[in-house]
Amino acid sequence: MVERRKTYIPEIGRTVIRADAEAKAAGVEKYAADYYGEGLLWAGVRRSGIPHGRIILIDKSEAENIPGVKAVLTGADVPGANRQGIVHKDQPVLCDTKVRYCGDAVALVIAESREILKQAIAAVRVDIDPLPGVFDTDEALRPGAPLVHEEHKTGNILLQAEIRRGDAAGAFAGCDAVIEESFEVPFVAHAFLETENGIAWQEPDGKITLVVSTQAPFRDKWEISGALGIRMDLLRVIGPYLGGAFGGKDGATVQCLLALAAQHAGGRKVKMLWDREENFIAGYKRHAVKMEYRAGAMRDGTLQALHCRLYYNSGAYAHLGGEVMALGMEHAGGPYRIPHALIEGWCVYTNNPVAGAMRGFGVAQVSFAFERIMDLLAAKLDMNPLALRRKNALRRGDSNSSGVTLTGSTGIASCIDAVERHPMWRSRSAWKAEAGAFKKRGVGVAAVFNAMGYGRGLPDSAIAKVELTPAGKIRVYCGVSDMGQGNATAYFQIAGQILCQENSSIELVQPDTERTMPSGSASASRTTYTYGNALIRACEELRKRIIGRTALVLLADTVERMELLPGKVRHLGTGREVPLSGIAAMMSEQDRTCIQQFIMPVAGDSLDTGKAFFIGFPHLLFSYAVHLARIEIDELTGRIEVKDYLAATDAGRVMNPQAYEQQVQGAVAQGIGYALHEEVLMMEGRVLNPGFAAYLIPGAPDVPEIVSLAVETYEESGPYGMKGVGEVGINGPLPSIANAAADAGGLHITRAPLTAERILEALAQAGKKNGGKRK
Amino acid sequence: MKIDFLLNGKKIELDAAPDRRAVDLLREDLGWTGTKEGCGSGECGACTILVDGESRLSCLMLAAQLSGKKVVTIEGAAGDPEIRPIQESFVELGAVQCGFCSPGMILSASALLKSRQYPSREEIKEGLCGNLCRCTGYHKIVDAVGEAARRLKDGE
Repeated sequence: MVERRKTYIPEIGRTVIRADAEAKAAGVEKYAADYYGEGLLWAGVRRSGIPHGRIILIDKSEAENIPGVKAVLTGADVPGANRQGIVHKDQPVLCDTKVRYCGDAVALVIAESREILKQAIAAVRVDIDPLPGVFDTDEALRPGAPLVHEEHKTGNILLQAEIRRGDAAGAFAGCDAVIEESFEVPFVAHAFLETENGIAWQEPDGKITLVVSTQAPFRDKWEISGALGIRMDLLRVIGPYLGGAFGGKDGATVQCLLALAAQHAGGRKVKMLWDREENFIAGYKRHAVKMEYRAGAMRDGTLQALHCRLYYNSGAYAHLGGEVMALGMEHAGGPYRIPHALIEGWCVYTNNPVAGAMRGFGVAQVSFAFERIMDLLAAKLDMNPLALRRKNALRRGDSNSSGVTLTGSTGIASCIDAVERHPMWRSRSAWKAEAGAFKKRGVGVAAVFNAMGYGRGLPDSAIAKVELTPAGKIRVYCGVSDMGQGNATAYFQIAGQILCQENSSIELVQPDTERTMPSGSASASRTTYTYGNALIRACEELRKRIIGRTALVLLADTVERMELLPGKVRHLGTGREVPLSGIAAMMSEQDRTCIQQFIMPVAGDSLDTGKAFFIGFPHLLFSYAVHLARIEIDELTGRIEVKDYLAATDAGRVMNPQAYEQQVQGAVAQGIGYALHEEVLMMEGRVLNPGFAAYLIPGAPDVPEIVSLAVETYEESGPYGMKGVGEVGINGPLPSIANAAADAGGLHITRAPLTAERILEALAQAGKKNGGKRK
Repeated sequence: MKIDFLLNGKKIELDAAPDRRAVDLLREDLGWTGTKEGCGSGECGACTILVDGESRLSCLMLAAQLSGKKVVTIEGAAGDPEIRPIQESFVELGAVQCGFCSPGMILSASALLKSRQYPSREEIKEGLCGNLCRCTGYHKIVDAVGEAARRLKDGE
């Protein structure tokens, strides 16, 4: 239970009420979507509606003639490169020659009202000569397949890569048990509640300011600058708290379109807000992946060999496809020691919506495969599934399946122990026996992990800035967005801990490219780790300065026995005190502000593999988790109900128990959606379920009580021993629920989500195997 | 058309197109942006407001339907002794993450607690099934509503 004191020093290791909670619960926190303005204009996009084709003609005359239409713009009106993309610049802001998916932008309309905007978007005449499309990775890889990007040197293959360790092909021969299986997971949607949006305006001096719902305000500036040919110093991006993102706002959504609109808005504010349907059609998705696995072990359960082939469906553009696949491949062997591994990956262009970053960045997909394989191996070897995992669990000092030496905290074995000791596991037989008529119960586990940070090839850097304000308060300039995960509160705690100030004296400035310092994206479970480490340095420096300057005020010949206390500094020897406002008054602005950079450590091993990856491979630090799901299957309807859920997580030391649980419980609920219901249904690239009526995300009754156990390790490189906890929890639910379905009735599920229809089919299959007898 | 209604205790009189959506009238015309919009089709509950004490979806209501009504949005919650404790327990028990669902969730919870004084966890979940949250997994929201029910009962 939280203390209900109104005034306290936010400290490390205790539950601290989130710094953003009160304003959000009162409805006064301003998200990007909440910005309007005098004389507001509205901007919107005409989308292709066709998955693949050549643009013959865009006739904007009718739309332009509608009263209240300010401008209609096409690819020809884009002043810069007209290409955006984080790693590969292959996505037009407005399509010029061809369209590659139904959500491609072909015209940008600016109008006086939303009603006129809608009318004008419909009035833009677009003639597209349809081309045959490719929607599936198999189709796209077939020789002679239609090309999504004709100019791309390797055809529809965005990136092909391999991770090789030892001699997998040879090692299978010596294995006592080999399992071979294929798995498939669909595109899914982030389904954050605040859809993609922003507002922008241009000042008379040419400067464009954007307020955007974004995970990467600094990178947005570079994107806009490149795509539109606008000088960087003429761009300012402000990134308020986000109404959810989960990776879906990491990369350009409205940014370049809005900046372009601002150039044609005559100095007026212009707002773009995608509706939910547009979010489904044009927003980023989690990659659909096909996975072919072969794994071999010795009789005692020791893993020997792994060979997998992974096919990531990138959709129409690269976005972060290659990097998502790289992380998936890096995790394809699970949190286990595997001496011989060959992991092959193909990231493939298709005429589908664009896939990108989503919590668990390529790892949630492979977790399904490797953890089903572990249960299949356990069954074949007649071993306890937890015992098999413990036998192979990575320990500190081991090399993982990419060959990286794990020098940091590695708590997977402790997570296994925690689950094994828990009553939910120990009582499983009795619990299963209590299933009612026409119900089957099963208990499944999954051991998962998730890397932290960007990996090799680019600096995972943050620059923290902290100021003693003239009023004697502490102001932290957060360089990394808070999309809801609570990193801003972690910064609040760090400042409170080091500078010993009360909650009411610590202010947080959300990302703004003119006030905060570039600190990378809110992604990769890195926000508290990287920015937090930088902030510790900045706060320590500020502490030293405040004490040093107080010595001047008090004419003290030493800084010994000088203590920073809430609102003041006291000389313990004499009891004399100076208020912080008094110290601030004698400091220059430069002196009152401390700026420090931190760069995350990277793996030191020189690996002779994974050469095809541009960036993002390999990683050094990982968080780990073991999940347990207890499910009940209704044999008549095929419906799965998750009755109980347990998540044991090693994310280093816990800085804020409440915030830690929030991340675990939230990730598990999203993972349950991934396991049971979620799938962006598509027919030749057209989204068939673009809304919450047909794309079901879990509601309150669908989520069980989620027990979170913090299995604390100490990560020496982390702020106060912590590691990122934002993503690892999404990787467990799909495999643990699929393993529970197998445990319940021998249901072998290889395709997500585990819909009632698929379960009924699997029940019928299992029934046949048992000679038609119900078990 | 001319519309007048009571918004968070204040009398509002304005001219609005009769087919203006209530959510746009509140957010855009009146600047009360605490009411959120997540789907525009009545599926997510982010735009929940109280109309004559009942929870309603402002994205599915037209401005004219507010006429003559007593409307409470999240901004009016602080001054309402039956909603304030829910807001506080949401804050203290960690039920707020990105916070975009929180205003609607809090108002739905207040409607629930008016109809049921001591709801069980299952009843709370059922009562909130029209409000989607993508961040919390609902666990702490259910905790917070249960705690608010207790505080309301004890008159804390």
